[in-house]
Amino acid sequence: MKGPSLMDSLFQRSIDDLIKSLRLTPPGTEPAFIAKAIEEVRREIKSSDPHTKSSALQKLTYLHSLHGIDISWAAFHFVELSSSAAHSHKRTAYLSAALSFNPATTDVILLLTHQLRKDLSSPNAHDVSLALSTLSSICNPDLARDLTPDLFTLLSSSKVTVRRKAIATVLRVFEQYPDAVRVCFKRVVENLENSDLGILSAVVGLFCELTENEPRSYLPLAPEFYKVLLDCKNNWVLIKVLKIFAKLAPLEPRLGKRMVEPICEIMRTMGAKSLVFECVRTILTSLSEHDSAVKLAVGKVREFLLEDDPNLKYLGLQALAIAAQKNILAVVENKDLVVKALSDSDVNIRLEALRLVMCIVSEDNVMEICRILISHALKSDPEFCNEILGFILLTCGRNYYQVIFDFDWYVLFLGEMARVPHCQKGDEIATQLIDISMRVKDARSQLVHVTRELVIDPALLGNPFMHAVLAAAAWVSGEYIKLSRNPFEIMEALLQPRTSLLSPSVRAVYIHSAFKVLMFCMHSYLRLNGDNSSFPSALIDSELVSDVEVDDQNMIVTNGRPLSASSVTDHLAQESILALVNLAEINLGPLAGSNEVEVLERSTNVLGLIKLIKPMLLGSLDNGEGDQTKGELKASETVKLIFDSCSEDLGPISVNAQERVLIPNGLVLKENLDDLEEICGDVKLPLLTSFSLVRPQFPEASSNVDCQGKEESEPASESTSLLAEHWKRHSLYYLAPGNTMATSNDYPPAHDPKDKVTDEAEDLVKLTEKSIITGKTPSQTKPRPVVVKFDDGEVTNVATNRTETKAVLISGAVNKVILGDEATAPSSSRRKPPKSRRVTDESSFGIAKIDQSEHSKAGLGGSKHHGHGKERRRRSSAKDKEHDRKDKQKSDKHRSRHRADKALEAQAPVIPDFLL
Amino acid sequence: MIRGVIIINDQGKPRLIKFYEFQPPDKQQELVRSIYRVLCSRAENVSNFVKADSLFGPDVRLVYKTFATLYFVFIFDKSENELAMIDLMQVFVETLNKCFREVCELDIVFNFYKVHMILDEIILGGQVLETSSEEVANAVDAISRLEKNANSMIPSIPGWQR
Repeated sequence: MKGPSLMDSLFQRSIDDLIKSLRLTPPGTEPAFIAKAIEEVRREIKSSDPHTKSSALQKLTYLHSLHGIDISWAAFHFVELSSSAAHSHKRTAYLSAALSFNPATTDVILLLTHQLRKDLSSPNAHDVSLALSTLSSICNPDLARDLTPDLFTLLSSSKVTVRRKAIATVLRVFEQYPDAVRVCFKRVVENLENSDLGILSAVVGLFCELTENEPRSYLPLAPEFYKVLLDCKNNWVLIKVLKIFAKLAPLEPRLGKRMVEPICEIMRTMGAKSLVFECVRTILTSLSEHDSAVKLAVGKVREFLLEDDPNLKYLGLQALAIAAQKNILAVVENKDLVVKALSDSDVNIRLEALRLVMCIVSEDNVMEICRILISHALKSDPEFCNEILGFILLTCGRNYYQVIFDFDWYVLFLGEMARVPHCQKGDEIATQLIDISMRVKDARSQLVHVTRELVIDPALLGNPFMHAVLAAAAWVSGEYIKLSRNPFEIMEALLQPRTSLLSPSVRAVYIHSAFKVLMFCMHSYLRLNGDNSSFPSALIDSELVSDVEVDDQNMIVTNGRPLSASSVTDHLAQESILALVNLAEINLGPLAGSNEVEVLERSTNVLGLIKLIKPMLLGSLDNGEGDQTKGELKASETVKLIFDSCSEDLGPISVNAQERVLIPNGLVLKENLDDLEEICGDVKLPLLTSFSLVRPQFPEASSNVDCQGKEESEPASESTSLLAEHWKRHSLYYLAPGNTMATSNDYPPAHDPKDKVTDEAEDLVKLTEKSIITGKTPSQTKPRPVVVKFDDGEVTNVATNRTETKAVLISGAVNKVILGDEATAPSSSRRKPPKSRRVTDESSFGIAKIDQSEHSKAGLGGSKHHGHGKERRRRSSAKDKEHDRKDKQKSDKHRSRHRADKALEAQAPVIPDFLL
Repeated sequence: MIRGVIIINDQGKPRLIKFYEFQPPDKQQELVRSIYRVLCSRAENVSNFVKADSLFGPDVRLVYKTFATLYFVFIFDKSENELAMIDLMQVFVETLNKCFREVCELDIVFNFYKVHMILDEIILGGQVLETSSEEVANAVDAISRLEKNANSMIPSIPGWQR
């Protein structure tokens, strides 16, 4: 390809022309136009005329920045143009580079090093500024390393603007190349004492960024910042200093005491809202133990809340939220304003208010607050309505419904929430319904009542957001059918035609619940009938014992008449049972051909059962004795078995329940269980938390477990010995056995005898119930939510670790510079002992050994150590200089690597003492 | 730290995009689009802050303000004061006003480089440098003069200076 002709240069389109024609292109043709423009630029960019080239680059950068065009291919041209003598061309090149270079991947950045260095030392302040701002945009480790000396020089430039920009640039350079701290840090610190406001503002801003991540290293500079806090009257600077102190104060209690007064003074006298807000925030986050200051701050917050400006109101609520973490009274005092903010037109404000309202929820006011909130939910827009519902569910469900005393009320309230028109929190409501049904025995009858209302309402079936709630309601109705007043009604509801609107998985729950209801009705019927005549006596006996209490509680009603009344109603009951069976058969018959596996499976189950029992029912209706009795017997036995398996109580199980199950004698876990899969692949313990729950029938299940046990124990002994041998030889490569014990869950749960697990579960239910009543959390149990939280914590730890290593590197370097301590390398461990103290000690004693022992004390947080450290420091401040010199000699070798060592030595005595 | 400064018009077209940490061009466009979606869903006379955790990470928020047809957006993290950011935005707009005499959207459209130049005088690498619009305008004038002098031999780039 040849370069552009003269004509090209003469008739080149300027960036203005480009923008104009771009604005004129009809919609839709823009990409084509841009592609054409890029083609033009590709030709023009090769021009040797800097003006043409610059113009081409301008167009390119414009398209890149505002139209997202990739221009990485042109990177070299930016470098080329940056050496132009004309400032405007240089600016074009640098700005383009700043906007488009990726510091991590653009290779040509390195080619810019030389030009940047040249411009950094240019006599023209504008060139220098330009180079600095470019450097801070595209800084990478190489660039930072190579240009650190130049930056160092600029830090004491006599031109204020240049020095300011240099200070601002330092942040990026430190981030990319922590060793630069050693060179530049002292000069940066010196600038803290500069009288020029711009420079001071830049330095304080820089420290504000640096303290953000690793504040401890900057503690020795506290006296300097304190001076700024007292002397400076500029709002910008004060805000930044306050931010620094907010980070430092929690690390050094004595600092807080000294800060409180000046901050309160600022809060009282200064008018600027931004500064006042910063004071309030600093006090509420970092000085919350100073009551009078907090009181003043909360007073200011109230002023903010009373303002008309939505921004101030919003920030006021946020400040209140900070206060709420330590001082809930602050919120209660302003309850009126917070509740008022709930109906603000601004969604931000409403959300903050909602968050605050949820902070003050307690056992005493939960009903009142929920009442207020639900009325707000009913009249607000769908989005906020769901926010409210979500917050209510979250708060009430927290810590095992800690704030809920009256579960009957809460269950009713859940039903009410589900019916709120815009409710999209079905999943959460469903979870809580089931959770409560399992955890809180006393709430069950009310729960059955609430779920009945939900299940029998045909209107709800059409709302897809309700489906999760309906599934839970159906499950509860089926599971606790014995508490229901009218099972027939529930059956009809579960089988109503509109259930076809449900999703297959929910429908499966419906059908299975219908199965349970049917089973219950059959069983009750058989038992009553059995009283009269044909029921086998053995069965009756065992049954009567177990079911007495059930009998007491329920009145089974058909057509308004109690089932258990007399033999006259028996006949009627028979008919109604038959009607029930027919209803099920008619409604589920078509589903046996369903495409959905779950639906198909469940309905086939019910139909199979019907097939089994219907002849019996018909038989007894016909009054046929003799031959029929045998079949009836068999059927009734089956009914009883299935019923028994269904009527066992379910309970919640802790995630860690398995670990706490004692291993039975003779059962060896930790074996090679490879062959287990084929043995018990088809036997699985039902998941107790899911609602579509089928229990394995007992005879089958137990025989399975038996043979499992047998087959297992044989290979076991053999492999144990092998394993032991292996352990002996290679134990070095394994984790300590304690560790693996604690975390191991590599054996399948099917292994343990089932009863154990359920026992455990029942215990847990009792425990949690107790905890609900007393409002205390059980000390031993590790319930599910806690575990989830734990996992989350781990994840965030991993994420933050990575980002903070850089800060650690920087602060490590800072420590070294501030304290002249060259011995310790910047370690990557985050929990470093407070170096500031340690090294001040060193400087007072000059003995490294003491330092070691002292620093372990300091790690334990002995304030005593502080006290006498301080005294010594005061006494020995005269010695400091001498010591510094010694220190320098020690580290000279290290420093001489840097160009700047001369200057450094000159600055060295200005190490700020930590005198507070 | 300030993470970025964006100007979008009320149609959602970006007029200025400056991120202080590198973002690939597609990502930039995507961020602008999501920010615009949030902004145009907000009513008038409501607070100017929007939480932007989902776009930029924890504790990052943005403050916006409408001036005529333009949304000005500052993205910042917790080491900046919210109200100070509103002030800074005011400084930026005032400076634009000084440099363009009654600034309007077209000025910003046609003075891509100059707007960047102004912004660079106010913010460097995400840190606030200058908060006086007077000073910024003076600095920008000085640069323009310098360029005019240096370029006096070569035809000046239209739109670059006024």
